[in-house]
Amino acid sequence: MNPILLAIIALGAIGLIAALLLYFASRRFAVHEDERIGQVSAVLPQANCGGCGFPGCAGFAGACVKATDEKGSLEGLLCPVGGQPVMEQVAGILGMTVEASAPKVAVVRCNGSCENRPRLVTYDGAKSCKVEQMIGMGDTGCSYGCYGCGDCVASCQFDAIHINPETLLPEVDEEKCTACGACAKACPRQIIEVRLKGPKNRRMVVLCNNKDKGAIANKWCKASCIGCGKCVKVCEKFEAITLTKNLAYIDAEKCKLCRKCEEACPKGAIHSFNMPPRKPKAETAETPKAPQTPTTPNVEPVKAEQ
Amino acid sequence: MKTFSIGGVHPEENKLSAGSPIREAQLPKQAVFSMFQHIGAPANPVVKKGDVVKVGTLLGEAGGFVSAPIYSSVSGKVNKVDVVLDASGLRRMAVVVDVEGDEWEEGIDRTTDLVKLADCPDLDSKTIVDKIKTAGIVGMGGATFPTHVKLCPPPGKVAECVIVNAVECEPYLTADHRLMLEHPDEILVGLQLVMKAVNVKKGYIGIERNKPDAIELMTEKAKQYPEIEVVPLKVKYPQGGEKQLIDAVIKRQVPAPPALPIDTGAIVQNVGTIFAIYQAVMKNKPLIDRIITVTGKSLSKPSNLLARLGTPFSQLIDECGGLPEDTGKIIGGGPMMGKALLSIDVPMTKGSSGLLIMKEDEAKRAEAEPCIRCAKCVGACPMGLEPYLLSKVSELRDWDAAEQDDITSCIECGSCQFTCPSHRPLLDYIRLGKATVMGIIRARSAK
Amino acid sequence: MANKLTISLSPHVHGGDSVQKNMYGVCIALLPALIASFCFFGLGAVKVMLASVLSCVIFEWAITKFILKRDRLTILDGSAILTGLLLGFNLPSNLPIWIIILGALFAIGVGKLTFGGLGQNIFNPALAGRVFLLISFPVQMTSWSDNVLDHIDGYSGATPLSLMQKAILEKDASILNDLPSSLEMFLGQTEGSMGEVSALLLLIGCAFMLWRKIITWHIPVSIIATVVVFAGLLHLANPIYANPLQVVFSGGMILGACYMATDYVTSPMSHKGQLIFGVCIGLLTVVIRNWGAYPEGMSFAIIIMNAFTPLINVYCKPKRFGEVIGKEAAK
Repeated sequence: MNPILLAIIALGAIGLIAALLLYFASRRFAVHEDERIGQVSAVLPQANCGGCGFPGCAGFAGACVKATDEKGSLEGLLCPVGGQPVMEQVAGILGMTVEASAPKVAVVRCNGSCENRPRLVTYDGAKSCKVEQMIGMGDTGCSYGCYGCGDCVASCQFDAIHINPETLLPEVDEEKCTACGACAKACPRQIIEVRLKGPKNRRMVVLCNNKDKGAIANKWCKASCIGCGKCVKVCEKFEAITLTKNLAYIDAEKCKLCRKCEEACPKGAIHSFNMPPRKPKAETAETPKAPQTPTTPNVEPVKAEQ
Repeated sequence: MKTFSIGGVHPEENKLSAGSPIREAQLPKQAVFSMFQHIGAPANPVVKKGDVVKVGTLLGEAGGFVSAPIYSSVSGKVNKVDVVLDASGLRRMAVVVDVEGDEWEEGIDRTTDLVKLADCPDLDSKTIVDKIKTAGIVGMGGATFPTHVKLCPPPGKVAECVIVNAVECEPYLTADHRLMLEHPDEILVGLQLVMKAVNVKKGYIGIERNKPDAIELMTEKAKQYPEIEVVPLKVKYPQGGEKQLIDAVIKRQVPAPPALPIDTGAIVQNVGTIFAIYQAVMKNKPLIDRIITVTGKSLSKPSNLLARLGTPFSQLIDECGGLPEDTGKIIGGGPMMGKALLSIDVPMTKGSSGLLIMKEDEAKRAEAEPCIRCAKCVGACPMGLEPYLLSKVSELRDWDAAEQDDITSCIECGSCQFTCPSHRPLLDYIRLGKATVMGIIRARSAK
Repeated sequence: MANKLTISLSPHVHGGDSVQKNMYGVCIALLPALIASFCFFGLGAVKVMLASVLSCVIFEWAITKFILKRDRLTILDGSAILTGLLLGFNLPSNLPIWIIILGALFAIGVGKLTFGGLGQNIFNPALAGRVFLLISFPVQMTSWSDNVLDHIDGYSGATPLSLMQKAILEKDASILNDLPSSLEMFLGQTEGSMGEVSALLLLIGCAFMLWRKIITWHIPVSIIATVVVFAGLLHLANPIYANPLQVVFSGGMILGACYMATDYVTSPMSHKGQLIFGVCIGLLTVVIRNWGAYPEGMSFAIIIMNAFTPLINVYCKPKRFGEVIGKEAAK
């Protein structure tokens, strides 16, 4: 009996002392935090992707609270992963309103598949685009195209981008893509752009990033933009296409999805995404839409003509 | 025997062309002069299409203090000034000249007579440095750092000695070896010039023991110059690294960056650079040609060629027996630090010390296996770093850890990867980490 | 030129070293001692060794293929064979086969592959297996079969280690007179597990590994030196502690110092770290041998220090180039 009692008393005393220590420590070292930060954090996706530009979701929540207190608006703050619904919730907690932001998606602006852009040499180093970049042009003749080593794939936290083993190009899964921009940052050649998803996910993109002169660009890739400017001409009405450094670029906000540029491009570098199948003599894309479900993204790049 | 104190490896030497005397390469039909032949700001082209140039005509002027001018090594007409694929694997600005005849600019002394320092009593330090700067001389061991910058120590730093890097620790390469055998007097006068330029009284020539004939000849010739000492060194890679060489010769270690080699009081110059300095100062000849070792186990005639800058590599290979059928990899430079070429139709530059043709079976790396933590890379690293760790944190993109473990001290010599039993691409990732961390540090100090 | 060129960053040549060369190098270094143990212990030793090596290799293959579902064949890299050999060396020659298979399963399955395979494990797999068996089957693991040679000259009895411990427990230095001389122990005429018989042959193997640059001198030398010094001091202070030479040549000391502690994966990376690692193993071994519950402390000491290896790696960095000068310049 005695030893048991002794053990109970001893252990009880140790427990009591430890509990007191813990209690005072928690009081003494308590970190005061605005409780709204915790509330905002709770509605965030907790992916900690950094797509918002802050270190993790807690950082973003802190920034939201600070912006509310100091500026009185949530302007410029967006969780790209959660998008509009999450921002509305955040605004609700903080008593703010948010303006609607258009959804975006990552687009790989290179169509230099193995067929279009043959490999001239074999790359035999560590499988990282940034490492391959240190050798220079890489394994093809294009100084601007995709290396195909998958730094973007490694950077994606949402499993939304994958290298197609046939083309050796990354392909974006539009359903999973949250437009956090991690892949765009990881790409050493800035091939990936986070663009407006467009109405009904429809958009026109120049799938090329080559800023070389036309002759060089044309020599090494069948699907390259050669800076001929034909697309700029057909788009004179909307002025959505600009040509800088031998490369055409379509401004997603100005683009009316008429698809004329796609026809005009001699190299097939301009691609339409999620467009209804063309009627034999379609004038514009604004004609009645074909029964197409937006849930089946058609990101397969159209093969270049010829 | 003297050598550097930490790490090092001993790759198979394969000095196939050591016995072949330097011969002059033919003039190319078309020469391409990249404006990016040195570290620092690129040169700015000063000629345009259709201009007639001679050997020694200025093609590009230096783009800043850390930069160097570029001269034509051929005579003919400028075909174009445009972006061209160069040995670095990038398309960059270059001047392309169609060769016609071989006319030289006036004032260049093309005789082979030795001009001694005593023959030019009015040479002073500033004139020498100016002549080096005008001649467009850069470090010819491969680093291509503009030489005149190295000869102007930053304020507060005083040079105490000049060390000539005649180590040639890269396997296969023999250009420096042949240069010493064929032009020993010029090298000694060149060293005197550099010593005069930086006003020091002591010069060393560091040569590895695998070149006994060169050691013997240079020691014999150096007897006339009491202030110059030839230092035989144990054969170990990377002895030709600037920091390693200073450690080996004068037993002083350069502290970690941002310290510079000059902090130890030593100025290191490659033996090829010294020869170019001699020619520039005494013969008025700008840097328009260099000795390049064209070698490889499958090549029928491994040779040392005196070739004009801008000559395409394909032509040099043809002069050494043509490109073998089973070529798998072509390297500009030596096998430890050289750069793999995308194509042989690129021009040689000021830094082209060698051209190595590797057979197909030598070219492919073995498949990487998991790291077994054998610590052989730690033992091999001449900088006392932990390559396995740096490679790992770089792969995981933990730049803070990489910086903390001194990734910026890496000299990219490749000893770690050379020695790794798991064939891991250690240096690939360390390079990535080093470049990123340097960028982060620059961004931080810019703030 | 028929084929495409290859490009990669430098270096473009490799020293030709490989994991296999290192692993099989250690196996070759173990050969003389292996043959000696076959001669000493006869057929039983052959059976134990075969069972140990085979079951290690089979477990490695089966677990990587069916549980981890990896396609890479890892049994040819020699590490499983080496684990099997070392495990076998740590067992008595009359151990039942099923216990050996259990030990191999623990060594490979728990000691190595749960951590991710070669290069990832925290503890030396062979030692993990041995310690697991020692704790689970203490009786079988310490009932040494008689040495074949000893039968000839009629010598048989307790192992030197248990004699040493008995001497300390009973505070009777005369017990130590029953120990074989240190020369006999060095050449190999003692009781014990298979790898403990001949210090000489193990040292020859160690010299081979040093010559082939498979290991560096730091760990073996620091362990043995520490043991000699520590045991020597104890011996001088009180003769109930055995002569340091006898301590070094008895039990698994040489096997542990040269082959188990030097395991690449579980030892520190820097030379400084390796010295600290070795000294600690030496101290721990002597402490466990003299005052612990088990007569042999080597395997426990190595396992304990294995656990400290990551910590040692964090605090013991190799000496950086220019470090000393940098500090002097700062002064």
